[in-house]
Amino acid sequence: MTEPVLTIKGLVVGRRDDPSGDPIVRGLDLTIGAGEIACIVGESGSGKSVTSFSVMGLLPDALTPRAGSIRLLGEELLGTDPEKVRKLRGSRMAMIFQEPMTALNPVMTIRAQLAEVIEFHGETPMSRSALDALILATLEDMLVRDPKRVMNSYPHQLSGGQRQRVMIAMALLLSPSLLIADEPTTALDVTTQKQILGLIKSLVERRNIGVLFITHDFGVVADIADQVVVMQRGEVVESGPAAKVLQSPEKAYTRLLIDSVPKGHASTNVPSELAAPVLDVRDVQMVYGRRSLFGAATTTHALKGASFTLNQGEILGVVGESGSGKSTLARCVARLATPTAGQILLMGRDISTAGQEELRLQRRYIQFVFQDPYRSLNPRLPVGRSLIEGAVNFGVPAEVARDKVRALLELVGMDAYIFDRLPHEFSGGQRQRICIARALVSEPQILIADESVSALDVTVQAQVLKLFADLRARLGLAMLFITHDLRVAAELCDRIMVMRHGEIVETGPTAEIMQHPQHDYTRALFAAAPGQERLRALATV
Amino acid sequence: MQVLLLIGRRIAATVPVLIAVALIAFVLLRISSGDPVAQLAGDNATPEAIAAIRARLGLDQPMIIQFLQWGWRVLHGDLGTSIVSGTPVLRLIGQHTAPTIAVSLMTMLVSVVIGVPLGVYAAWRRGGIVDQLTSVMTTAGFAVPTFAVGYVWIYLLSMQAGLFPVQGYVPLSGGVGRFLWHLTLPVLTLSFVYIALIARVSRTSLLEVMSDDYVRTARAKGLPERTVIFRHALRNAAVPIVSIIGIGVALLIGGVVITESIFNLPGLGRLTVDSVMARDYPVIQAVIIVFGGVYVLINLLIDLSYAAFDPRISLS
Repeated sequence: MTEPVLTIKGLVVGRRDDPSGDPIVRGLDLTIGAGEIACIVGESGSGKSVTSFSVMGLLPDALTPRAGSIRLLGEELLGTDPEKVRKLRGSRMAMIFQEPMTALNPVMTIRAQLAEVIEFHGETPMSRSALDALILATLEDMLVRDPKRVMNSYPHQLSGGQRQRVMIAMALLLSPSLLIADEPTTALDVTTQKQILGLIKSLVERRNIGVLFITHDFGVVADIADQVVVMQRGEVVESGPAAKVLQSPEKAYTRLLIDSVPKGHASTNVPSELAAPVLDVRDVQMVYGRRSLFGAATTTHALKGASFTLNQGEILGVVGESGSGKSTLARCVARLATPTAGQILLMGRDISTAGQEELRLQRRYIQFVFQDPYRSLNPRLPVGRSLIEGAVNFGVPAEVARDKVRALLELVGMDAYIFDRLPHEFSGGQRQRICIARALVSEPQILIADESVSALDVTVQAQVLKLFADLRARLGLAMLFITHDLRVAAELCDRIMVMRHGEIVETGPTAEIMQHPQHDYTRALFAAAPGQERLRALATV
Repeated sequence: MQVLLLIGRRIAATVPVLIAVALIAFVLLRISSGDPVAQLAGDNATPEAIAAIRARLGLDQPMIIQFLQWGWRVLHGDLGTSIVSGTPVLRLIGQHTAPTIAVSLMTMLVSVVIGVPLGVYAAWRRGGIVDQLTSVMTTAGFAVPTFAVGYVWIYLLSMQAGLFPVQGYVPLSGGVGRFLWHLTLPVLTLSFVYIALIARVSRTSLLEVMSDDYVRTARAKGLPERTVIFRHALRNAAVPIVSIIGIGVALLIGGVVITESIFNLPGLGRLTVDSVMARDYPVIQAVIIVFGGVYVLINLLIDLSYAAFDPRISLS
C-alpha cells in the first residue's frame, strides 16, 4: 500500500500559556490519500483552521500542539526542527486562503511572488526563461485567462477569481503532495466559487494530490468531498466517507449543519395584493465620478436606472454578485448616498433630493442592518446605550426609550438584562440580533438588510432568517433583503429582483423566479450554488 | 513622459506656495521690532543720515511697493545684496551651503541606516531586550532637546574623551578624514531625535503589516523569516516610513540652525541667525525662499517615491 499523503493522529492543540486549560483541538484523527479530498466542516470556533495551521507549522505563537502526530508522506512534522518544516512548506505541502484579495502581496508582481517559491525551494537555479515558462504553464494549468498579462500584473489589477487561481498556481508550482485550502471560496461570488471548486477537483484528478479542505458549508462538501470530518468546539463530532455522512448523518449536529444549508425552497408566503406600497423607486441612477486635481474625470455607472416598488409587509430580495449595484441601490434608497437621477418615493414623498434636515426626519422610516455585526456596534458603548441613542435623538425621553429597547431585545430573542453589557460579550448571531433590535427602535416601515446573514455561521444564519420572517409577520415590516446568495433569498423573500452590472435583470415572485427563471444569468446563479442537486436529492429521500 | 508632466505640474503648483511664504516672511520681518537702518547708522547718526540710508535701501517705500520691487528682482534672478556687508545675497548663500548640505545629508543617512534596522529588529523581536531598550531610547530622543544632546556629546566625546573637535568646520577640500571628523559630533547630535523618530515609526508600521494576510502567505510559501520581513513586510510598511523621513528632512532645517550655532559651523543656519540679529532683510528673505524651495522639492520626491514603493498609488 502506498503511503498516505497526510496522517493526523490524536492531535491536541492548546494555549501555550495555559497548559492545563481546555484545548482548542482535542484528539483529531484524519488520513488523506493521494487523489483524495477531505473536508473539515465546522462553524467558527470549531478548531478547523487551527488544525490546518498545525499541519503547516504556522500556528500563532499563543498556540502549541500538546499531543498527537502529524505525518506528511510518513514524515513526522510535530516536534521537528522548524527550519525543516519550513522547507517542506511550499514544496511538499502548500496552502491557499479565504481572502484572495489580501493574501497576495500588493506591492509585488505576480511573477515575482511565484518566482520566489522556486528561488527558495528549487533544487537547481533556473534560467529566467525557464522560470517564466514554468510560471506561464502553471498559470495556464489553473485556467488563468491571458497568463502573460496576469504574470506581469500586480494583485490589485486582477479580479478575485483570478487572484485565487494565482494563489493555487503559487501553491502547486512545485507540485506538492498536499494542498490545504482554508475556506478558499467563501469570499468569492457563487459563479466564481463554482469555477474554483471545479478547478480544485480537476487538479486532484490530474495531479493526484491530497487536499485538506476547510469549509463551513455542507453545500461545498456535497460538491467535492471524498471524506468529511465534522468538528464542533475542537472536537470531532463525526467523520467518514462523504456520501455516508451526507446521506445518513449519525449525529444531530451534523444533521443540523446539513439542514441549515439554504436549499432554495421557495418561501410560500403570498403577499397581499392590497398592501400599500411604502417605497416606490423610479429610474434611480448612480454615477460615481472621480476627478483628480489634474487628471481627466473617470465615471462609473453603478446603477443604470432601477425601478421597483416595495409593499407594506413584503420582503423583496435583491440578489447579485459583487459589483452588481445591489449595495449602491440600498444606499440610495436609504439616502446614505444621493442618486444622480430618479425618484425615491417613501410613503408617497420624494426623498431623492431631500436635504439633511428632512432626511433626518425621514430616516426613522428606513433602517439598515449591516453585514458585519462585529463592526456595526460601538465596542465601547453598552449595547443598551447604543440602542436608545437613536430614539433619544428623536426626542423620546430616556426612560421611555429604555423600556422600549428592553421590549425590543426580547422581541429579537435576547434577554432584557443584557442592556448594560458590552458588544464583545456576545457572539456574532447575538450581535446581529442586537443590531436588528437597534434598527427597530425608531419603528421603521422599511428594514434594509444588506448581506445581514452572510457573515454568520449556517446554523445562526438559519435562526436570523427565521427572526426576519417572524418580525415581518408581527410588525408588518417591509424589507429589502440584499444578498449574493440566491438560496438564502429564496428561503425568505416574497419576490426576488436579480441585479447585474448595475441593472435589474429580472424581477418576480420567488417561486416563479426559481421554477422558470427567464434570464440566463438567473439560471447561472442557481446552477452555481454549491451542492444543490445532491443536497436536494438527499432532502427528498 | 507622464511622470515628467506630473513633476512639471507639481512644480508649477508650488509657485503660489512659495509666493505666500515670501509674502509672510516679508511682512513678519517688517512688523517685528528692530530696525536695520538704525543698526546700520550707529548710535550717533542724525535723523537726516538715517532717512538717507532708509531711502537708499528703498525702505521708505510702502510695504507693498517694496514687496513688488523685491519680487520683480527675484524673478530676474537678483536676490539683492546684504544690507550689512554689501555682498550679493546669492554669493553669501553659496558660501554657506556646503556645511548645511553636509550635515543634513549625513544626518539623514545615519538616521535611516540606524533607525530603520533598529525599528525592524524591535518589531521582529517584539517585547525583547532590543525592543525595550529602543523604546527607552526613543522616548529619550523625543524628550531631550537638540542643544542639550549637543552639549552632552561635546562634554563626553570631546572634552572628556578627546575623540572629536569641540567645534569648527573643515571643507571637503581640506581632506575627507578631517571633514568627517569635524562633522561627527554635529551629525550625532542632530540624528539623535531622527533615529528615535524613524525607529519608532518603522517598528509600528512593520508590526501593523506583520499580521496581514500576505505575510501569512509568504510564510506558507516556506520563505525564511528574514525574507518574509525584508521583502514582504518592510516594503508594505515603507510608505509611512518614507513619509516620516520626509517630514524629518523638513524639520531638520530647524535643527540645523541650532546645531550650526552650537558647533560653530558656517552654514545656512548660522547665516540665518546672524542675518536675523542684524535685521538683514534681503538675506533673511532669500534664505527663507531657499528653505521653502528645498522643502517643496523634498515633498515632491517623497510623493514620487510612494509610487515606487506601492504600485497601487498611481502618479496620475
